Amino acid sequence: MRAGVAAEFETADALLHAVKGMREAGYDDLDAFTPYPIEGLDEALALRRSPLNWIVFPLGMSAAAAAFGLMWFCNAYSYPINVGGRPGFAIPAFVPITFETAVLASSLIAFVLLWALCRLPALTHPLFGVEGFDRASLDRFWLVVGTRDVKLLLEYTPKDLEKLGALRVTSFGDVSNGHISP
Amino acid sequence: MNSADEPVFIGHPTDAALTDQILDPVWAPKSRAWMPAFVFTGLGSLGLFALVFWTFWTGIGLWGSSIPVAWAFAITSFVWWIGIGHAGTFISAILLLFEQRWRTSINRFAEAMTLFAVVQAGIYPLIHLGRPWFFYWLAPYPATMKVWPNFKSALPWDMAAVSTYLMVSVLFWYMGLVPDLATARDRAPSRLRRTLYGIFALGWRGSARHQRHYRMAYGLLAGLATPLVLSVHSIVSCDFAITILPGWHSTIFPPYFVAGAIFSGFCMVVTLMVPIRRLYGLQNVITLKHLDNVCKMILATGLIVGYSYFCEFYLAYYSGDIYEQGTMFHSLTQATNSWTFWYTIFTNVVLVQAFWFRSVRQSPIIAFILTLFINAGMWTERFSLIVLSQQRDFLTSSWHAYHPTFVDWGILFGTLCFFAFLFLVFLRCVPFIALTELKELNRKMAKEAT
Repeated sequence: MRAGVAAEFETADALLHAVKGMREAGYDDLDAFTPYPIEGLDEALALRRSPLNWIVFPLGMSAAAAAFGLMWFCNAYSYPINVGGRPGFAIPAFVPITFETAVLASSLIAFVLLWALCRLPALTHPLFGVEGFDRASLDRFWLVVGTRDVKLLLEYTPKDLEKLGALRVTSFGDVSNGHISP
Repeated sequence: MNSADEPVFIGHPTDAALTDQILDPVWAPKSRAWMPAFVFTGLGSLGLFALVFWTFWTGIGLWGSSIPVAWAFAITSFVWWIGIGHAGTFISAILLLFEQRWRTSINRFAEAMTLFAVVQAGIYPLIHLGRPWFFYWLAPYPATMKVWPNFKSALPWDMAAVSTYLMVSVLFWYMGLVPDLATARDRAPSRLRRTLYGIFALGWRGSARHQRHYRMAYGLLAGLATPLVLSVHSIVSCDFAITILPGWHSTIFPPYFVAGAIFSGFCMVVTLMVPIRRLYGLQNVITLKHLDNVCKMILATGLIVGYSYFCEFYLAYYSGDIYEQGTMFHSLTQATNSWTFWYTIFTNVVLVQAFWFRSVRQSPIIAFILTLFINAGMWTERFSLIVLSQQRDFLTSSWHAYHPTFVDWGILFGTLCFFAFLFLVFLRCVPFIALTELKELNRKMAKEAT
């Protein structure tokens, strides 16, 4: 969300109340910025569950299969060596590395995917320019209405937010397409 | 006070006050002991690097290990350090999945302890290789000789397990750190610090849309780290268990090693937690409840370890194998260096029983002193297991008494210094209490109180 209207709230409960109020008023491009996770916020914002695990699982399993295949290739196919009469294709002996590869690959993929889904790292953002937004990581709770919201009107939206208890309301970024008056 | 009444968090500070309390030690040194400790451990680390360099230059003949005792100080210390790492992952991953609240205040520095312990552990197998510049032979790369590593050997397993453990620990630790780094960025007193923390915080804004991915990824990593932590020491134990040496060739090794690892790791947690809590005045965040719970974990895992010792002896007796019996009833108990075995029994079987008493569990000083003894006891356990079993070979003509050289001692001391050095740097650079999670807990507990 690169532009929109940001409102500061003093407590998490005030934020939750405001989110519900804004949803009832018909706003739908909402995001909240909080210093720590708030129970019930995802439901209030109607955010869908993260798809991250469903992307990681098949990739992690593929990596495990690749590790198993590599061991088969090395020890049973490409250059089998007879060590003490043990079989080249020794499934039990291949288990530890297959498992470790599954864990390592899944973790690395989850880590990279997390930042890709969040569009991070992004060291600058228009929100960082909003006065007082630095307290979003300390003890203040911010609610943002993005410019994709058809209900966003720079004349009325701040009033809606203030009615729901906002301490202050600021617009940020390029809000030129939110200027449409009724 | 009854342990059931003791809260995991004392008082209901405001978010701002709590943040300042946790971040203050990062902005300015809180303890005059930090600088001398930093210099001392820094010099000790330089000593470690010097001895490692000398070992590379001259060869591992500088050490006391010689056939039949091919594995001695280096492998003992490797297993010891890896074991210490296990408690950090146990606290951060397994207790997260079990939704244990007492995890919150201690998980960050326990994870750091894991990281730095695994770094020490990683040094040993590398310098033990003899020709460490060929370490990459363990990886399946297309070599000119067209030979591949033998994946039926425990050595490639070990490399896969330890390197996976190190990398997953780093990712898990860093992922947990990102929201706290964002707080540090926004509270930083100078421009330089704000820039540095800003870079490492990756531009984290605390967006609810990001947090749903974040929670999923963090939970996923915890779920992956849980079987990982159990697998790592199981695989380390296979280094021994898949050999035919009496005293090593035993199916009880994987669970026995995992219990021992968590046991020694929790002891190290107490060893680090008690001074930190006192020096940084964190009695409201790290309460006696934490100490009590950690000590209960030490007691529980200690009893499993004691039971494993008993099983080993019973199985040797019941097997009827004279070599197995010779190892357990002679080599361990009455040969050269056997005092290490008896010291192990003293700390890990006898001394640990003190934790049955609540007054011991809730006394920081007594718990601290006991864990120092047990930390040493876990080292001598691995020493007696590894070295004493090798000193008495199958043939009497091959018997040999092991004696470490000062290089062995120096490297062990050096890794202790290097571990402490990294930990001291960590204490001054990042919030060592998981601040974001603590604030979340603070809100939950305040809600429940009303």
